[in-house]
Amino acid sequence: MQVQMRIRRFNPEKDSVPWWGEYTVQDVRPNDSVLDVLHRVKWEQDGTLSLRRSCAHGVCGSDAMRINGANALACKTLVARLTKEGSNETKIQIEPILGMRVLKDLIVDMDPFFEHYRSVMPYFVNDSPVPENGRERLQSQEDRARFDDTTKCILCAACTSSCPSFWANEQYIGPAAIVQAHRFIFDSRDQAHNERLNVVGDTMGVWRCRTNFNCTNACPREIEVTKAIAEVKMALTSGEV
Amino acid sequence: MANVKTHTFDAVIVGAGGAGLMAALYASKSANVAVISKLYPTRSHTGAAQGGIGASLGNMEEDRWEWHAYDTVKGSDYLADQDAVDVLCKEAVDTVVELEHMGLPFDRYPNGKISQRRFGGHTNNETGQPVQRACHAADRTGHMILQTLYQQCIKNKVNFFDEFHVVDLIRVDDTVRGVVAIEISTGDFHVFHSKAVHFATGGWGRCWEVTSNAHSLTGDGAAICLRRGVPLEDMEFFQFHPTGIFRLGVLITEGVRGEGGVLINNEGERFMEKYAPTIKDLASRDVVSRAMFLEMQAGRGINGQNYIHLDIRPETVNHYFEEAGDPRRIDREYIEAKLPDIADFTRTYLGVDPVTEPMPVQPTAHYAMGGIPTDVDGRVLANVDGSKIDGLYAAGECACVSVHGANRLGTNSLVDLVVFGRRSGKHMAEYCNQADLLPLPDDPAGEVMAEFERLRNGSGGVKATELRSKMQKSMTANVGVFRTEETMSTAVADLKELIESYSRNIQIDDKGQKFNTDLLEAWELGCLLELAEVTAASALARPESRGGHARDDYQKRNDAEWLKHTFYFRTEDGGHRLDYKPVTLGRYEPKERVY
Repeated sequence: MQVQMRIRRFNPEKDSVPWWGEYTVQDVRPNDSVLDVLHRVKWEQDGTLSLRRSCAHGVCGSDAMRINGANALACKTLVARLTKEGSNETKIQIEPILGMRVLKDLIVDMDPFFEHYRSVMPYFVNDSPVPENGRERLQSQEDRARFDDTTKCILCAACTSSCPSFWANEQYIGPAAIVQAHRFIFDSRDQAHNERLNVVGDTMGVWRCRTNFNCTNACPREIEVTKAIAEVKMALTSGEV
Repeated sequence: MANVKTHTFDAVIVGAGGAGLMAALYASKSANVAVISKLYPTRSHTGAAQGGIGASLGNMEEDRWEWHAYDTVKGSDYLADQDAVDVLCKEAVDTVVELEHMGLPFDRYPNGKISQRRFGGHTNNETGQPVQRACHAADRTGHMILQTLYQQCIKNKVNFFDEFHVVDLIRVDDTVRGVVAIEISTGDFHVFHSKAVHFATGGWGRCWEVTSNAHSLTGDGAAICLRRGVPLEDMEFFQFHPTGIFRLGVLITEGVRGEGGVLINNEGERFMEKYAPTIKDLASRDVVSRAMFLEMQAGRGINGQNYIHLDIRPETVNHYFEEAGDPRRIDREYIEAKLPDIADFTRTYLGVDPVTEPMPVQPTAHYAMGGIPTDVDGRVLANVDGSKIDGLYAAGECACVSVHGANRLGTNSLVDLVVFGRRSGKHMAEYCNQADLLPLPDDPAGEVMAEFERLRNGSGGVKATELRSKMQKSMTANVGVFRTEETMSTAVADLKELIESYSRNIQIDDKGQKFNTDLLEAWELGCLLELAEVTAASALARPESRGGHARDDYQKRNDAEWLKHTFYFRTEDGGHRLDYKPVTLGRYEPKERVY
């Protein structure tokens, strides 16, 4: 099939403003991913097209972008899903994710995103002695299940860059950082719940969330992001995790 | 010409996957360390590992590290060095517990201990039956290892240079002085001046057309070392994982078969019963990939095509459990809980629900058993006599200890990362404490900068994609699951031509400095071409079948002459020479490999 690609372009060494590049790609298979098509543009038509990608199957988190107006991973979005049933052609519009400074084409500045991530103490804290037998700490299946969903996060920023509260104020730590905090706050083995709750309970934390569910819709790992944020809010109000 | 900036550290670690991060955690305890990665660390391919990390915790049934060692040696087709395998399997237990103490969210048994599943080639040595040894977090074990190690690096304030692409090693005689890197966002060259350098850059599955490997797995570290006079060991041994998604190569974990899944041909037959009567679908990967290949060659691929069905449907699995007198039973909920990512992949890419339909799979280029030769402390070997290059380390897939020999056992890549990442990190820190910072040579970045200028300004009209695609097709057709003298010679000739074209005619579009991924991809292609050639030439020189190196024209293993490791050296004139190093044997005498 034929795909008409419309890609938001910006080269900081040449362009003063972004522009739209139009590319026609032939012989696309319906189960090719958007990343495959972007590679065909880059490799066959215009090598200057710049994007991040690595694993190509939705686990490394490199290629979050706006595809036909909605955040998704390019490697997990098949052309067939963007094509009218029975049609042999389609148009796909690609833009960088919103709310972050565009550095070149689809590449945005991820440093502030990782800064927010680091602010929530995204690491395990347990200073009590390890078991005397030298083995693992025990954890019940129920306790392990409590935070299972948020362990899936791949830090792709699809959630944070879809969030209107983040668009309005980039100081807001955003859904991804809260997901990371949740992963530790609700881990029965962790001992830094209080410090972490203090961070996410701050003025730039969870209370900026207006529960509009963009983050949940955007998550390529199908994490229930809004629910996780709500659980953190509950923990803050009830004082219980 | 871009600027060159110089940084000074005790040690630099190149690559931020499992091995690099584990080494960083240990080396950073007493040395000033920089971790340099061309990706953000959490993008590293360790995160794609699925099924589990092997360790004889014995949480559900009896297990011993010696059994794990025997399985590893047998899996390696007796090419692994048995002293190194002992280290791997003994320390596996301790490192898995350490990962748990770092917070890794392993799945749990009802008694609260780490949950373990069956995996290919892992057995109870007394009964020969599969043993539960693969410690896992659903089917995203690698993701959790990568996240946990990165989290601990943040906690311990490790220095990262994210999106810096290392392109050269600064070596003077048998010492190292640092590395040269490009800052991807600016195009600037940076010299990292250091006492020690540690490569943990992963594999080069992108030499083949169908692969489970990330686009970024281009073998940079191994290629850089080779260019700087370091030999590469056992490069003919590359693993084809039996179950990649048809055409895409995306990995479907062996854990599917560990949970009871079976391979079925077009006649509805569970054909692994013929090839491995005892452990059937859980035989070693090389054995299963060959069996699938033979089934497809005999016309028993599904609908006569080049794929086989991997079936985890509860009715199928429970039928075979019942037949075998196995009390286990699975249902939809179990599959969704234990294999959520697999279900997501097949639904996304194939529109196949694994609970109700079998998955179409084919062998996919997966893992380099060979690589930069090291000892058990990650110290890089300069020669077959065991002499070292001072301050140079390697660990993980880019290294060859050798614990995987001719075929790696499932789960052992993750064990390798953490065990040898830790050992090399510790050793490197000690080395830095006693070693001096040796001076940089004049213009340490000059040579590689000239190569980049050549790539940037090339005008021969040949695109990287054309050469890459030809290389991948030739390697798949000629240096794949089965090889012959004829196919490997074809590959060697093809690669010679492609390398020639690469060095004369490559032309890129992007002439800029910032995020010039066109330029960097072209450079990466040079690494792939070089490693493909090393692989084909090493393979051609080994007239036997062993593990992942299966020849139609030499179908038997030949221990009398070939129980030895290949060392490939780049010579001054751009050619190569091969040398060989004996295998270190131990408790396990080589014998016929039957599963």
